[in-house]
Amino acid sequence: MRKNKKPKLAVWKFTSCDGCQLSLLDCEDELLALSDKVEIANFLEASRAVLKGPYDLSLVEGSITTPQDAERIHQVRRVSKLLITIGACAASGGIQALRNFKEVKQFISIVYAKPEYIETLNKSTPISDHVPVDFELRGCPVNKYQLLEIIAAFLNRRKPVISARSVCMDCKLKGTVCVMVADRIPCLGPVTHAGCCALCPSIHRGCYGCFGPKETPNTASLSRTWEKLGADQDDLVRVFRSFNSGAEPFRRESEIHEIKKD
Amino acid sequence: MGAKYVLQASQFQFLFDALTARGYQVIGPKLQDGAIVYDALSSVQDLPAGWTDQQEAGTYRLENRSDSAFFGYTVGPYSWKKFLHLPARKLKRGKSAEGEFHFVSENEEIPKLAFVGVRACELHAMTIQDKIFMGGIYRDSSYAERRENIFVIAVNCGKAGGTCFCVSMKTGPKASGGYDWVLTEVIEKDRHYFVVESGTGAGKEILAGEEILKELDCPLAAEAEIALSERIVEETACQMGRRLKTEGIKDLLYKNLEHPHWDEVANRCLTCGNCTMVCPTCFCASIAEITDLTGEKVERVQKWDSCFTEDFSYIHGGSIRKTAKSRYRQWMTHKLAYWIDQFGTSGCVGCGRCITWCPAGIDITEEAKGFYGDS
Repeated sequence: MRKNKKPKLAVWKFTSCDGCQLSLLDCEDELLALSDKVEIANFLEASRAVLKGPYDLSLVEGSITTPQDAERIHQVRRVSKLLITIGACAASGGIQALRNFKEVKQFISIVYAKPEYIETLNKSTPISDHVPVDFELRGCPVNKYQLLEIIAAFLNRRKPVISARSVCMDCKLKGTVCVMVADRIPCLGPVTHAGCCALCPSIHRGCYGCFGPKETPNTASLSRTWEKLGADQDDLVRVFRSFNSGAEPFRRESEIHEIKKD
Repeated sequence: MGAKYVLQASQFQFLFDALTARGYQVIGPKLQDGAIVYDALSSVQDLPAGWTDQQEAGTYRLENRSDSAFFGYTVGPYSWKKFLHLPARKLKRGKSAEGEFHFVSENEEIPKLAFVGVRACELHAMTIQDKIFMGGIYRDSSYAERRENIFVIAVNCGKAGGTCFCVSMKTGPKASGGYDWVLTEVIEKDRHYFVVESGTGAGKEILAGEEILKELDCPLAAEAEIALSERIVEETACQMGRRLKTEGIKDLLYKNLEHPHWDEVANRCLTCGNCTMVCPTCFCASIAEITDLTGEKVERVQKWDSCFTEDFSYIHGGSIRKTAKSRYRQWMTHKLAYWIDQFGTSGCVGCGRCITWCPAGIDITEEAKGFYGDS
C-alpha cells in the first residue's frame, strides 16, 4: 500500500439485483469513516466519478451470465490487488443459476418477443469459476456488518473474523428456541453458513439458506430430517434450489431428489 | 440432614419478593417460543404452571398437565450456563497510540441472581464447570464472580423426560448438594406445597435462606409430607427415558478410536454444533480481536465455540478435524472418556439435551451401545 495515500476501493456489478451494493450504501453511520479511510474510486451505484485503476480492493457483486461478463471479470481481476466477492450471485451463481438445470434457449423463446436480441451464456456461474478470488462474502444480500468487517480487516491487514459455521450456532448464542425440534418447522440452518445473525428462526421461520452451504454441510442427513417432518421429494428439490442452487452441495442434493422424484 | 419445612404454593410470590428484597434478580423457567427456558421472572405468574414437555431424540413438545405444577417439566434447551459462562462477552478494549495498542479490561457488572428450579443434573454440571473455570491455575474471574453471586434454589425432579438418563450418570433426580435450598413439589388432591430443605454450606446465601424461611413462617414438615416427597423423587428415578452404560466406558472408547461405528454416526451428524451449545458442561469458547475501520480501536471478544466447527481445530496448516467423524469422535470421547482423565469426573450429567436438540436425533446413549456391541 502506498504511504500517505488512501487505498482505492472499487465496486463492480455483474449479473445481480444490486442488493449487495445497497448493503454498502446502507452503512450510513459508517460511510463517512469509510470514505475517510479509502478512496471510493469506482462505485457507479453511488457516484458517476470514476478514478483510474489499479485498485487496492475490489468488491465484486453478481454472477457471470453473458460473454461480456466473462471477459470483463478478467479486466477487473487485472486492475485489482485484492478481489472480494459480495453476495450469493458472485459466490454461487445466484437465483439466476436456476437456468443451469435447463436449456436457457427454452426460456428465452418463451420470455422474449425477439429472442434473437438476447445474447447469454447457458449457465450462470460464480466469479471463482473465472478468476482467482481472495475472499467470498456470503449472503443474499450480504450482512452490512460483515461487509464492514472485511473492509476493516483489509485496511488493518488482518484476517476477517467471519465464520463458516452453521446458522444453528448463532441461534444458540442468541437464545432462540430451535424451530425444527420444538415446532416441526423445516429449517436449513444446520447446513447453512452463518452470517445473518439467525434472522428467520428468531422470527419463528425456518432458515431459507440465503448464505449458502456452511463448511462440511451434511445435506443428505438434513433431507432425512425434513422427510420425517413431512417434506416430499419435490419440496427437497425446491428448497435446495433457491439463492444458492449453484453451490455444489446444494446443487448435488437437489439433483438427488429430482432423480428420486421420477 | 437439615430440617425440612413446608412452603405453600400460594406463598411462592412471597419467596420471590423476599429474594428481590435482598437484591436478587429472580431467574427461572418460563414459556418462550414453544419451549420452557430460563429467563428473568417478574412474578410467579411467569412460571410455566400446568405445563410439561415431551422429549425424544430430535423432538420437543409442550403439553398441558392435568394439574398446575410449577416445575412439572424436565429441562429445556438452555441450561444455567448462559448466565455464568456468557454466550458472548467483551474481554478488553484497546486503543492505538504511537503504533501500539493499549488494552484495558472491560468493567463487568456482576448481577446478583437467584436461580429458581435448578435440577440435580444441572447442579452437577455447575460443579463440573466450577472445576474448569475456577479449579485450575487459569481462573476465569468473570465466571467466578458470577458464581459467587447466585442463590441456588434446586428442585428435585417430579418427572423424568424421554431423553433423561441422570440415574445412569449418578447425578439425579435427587439434588445431592450445591444448592442453597432444595424443593420437592407435592400436589395432593386439595394441596399444592413444597418440602423445603436448606443447603449444608455456611455461605451468606444459606443464612439469607434461613432468614427467608423464618420470614415466611414455614412450619416444619410432617413425617407423612416428607415421606410423600421422597416417594415422588424415587418414582422419577424409575421413569428414566434413557440409560447409558458407563462401566469401563473410558477404556472402551480409547480402544475403539478407529471403530467403524464412528463412520455410521458421521453419516447422520450435521456438524451443526447444537449438541455442544445446549450441553451444560461444554465450555469451549474462542477469542477474537476486532479492529474498527479506523484501526485505532480494537475489541477482544469471547464467544461460545464448538469442537464441531472447522475453525475450532485450526492450527498452522489447516483444521485438524476436517470430517464429521473426527469431530463427533472428539466430542463424545472427550465427554465420556478424556474428561475423566482431565477433570476426574465424566463430562456428561445425563440431562439429555444433546439428544433432544440434535436435529438429526443422534443419541449419545445409543451411540455408546454401538461400541459395547462387539468389544
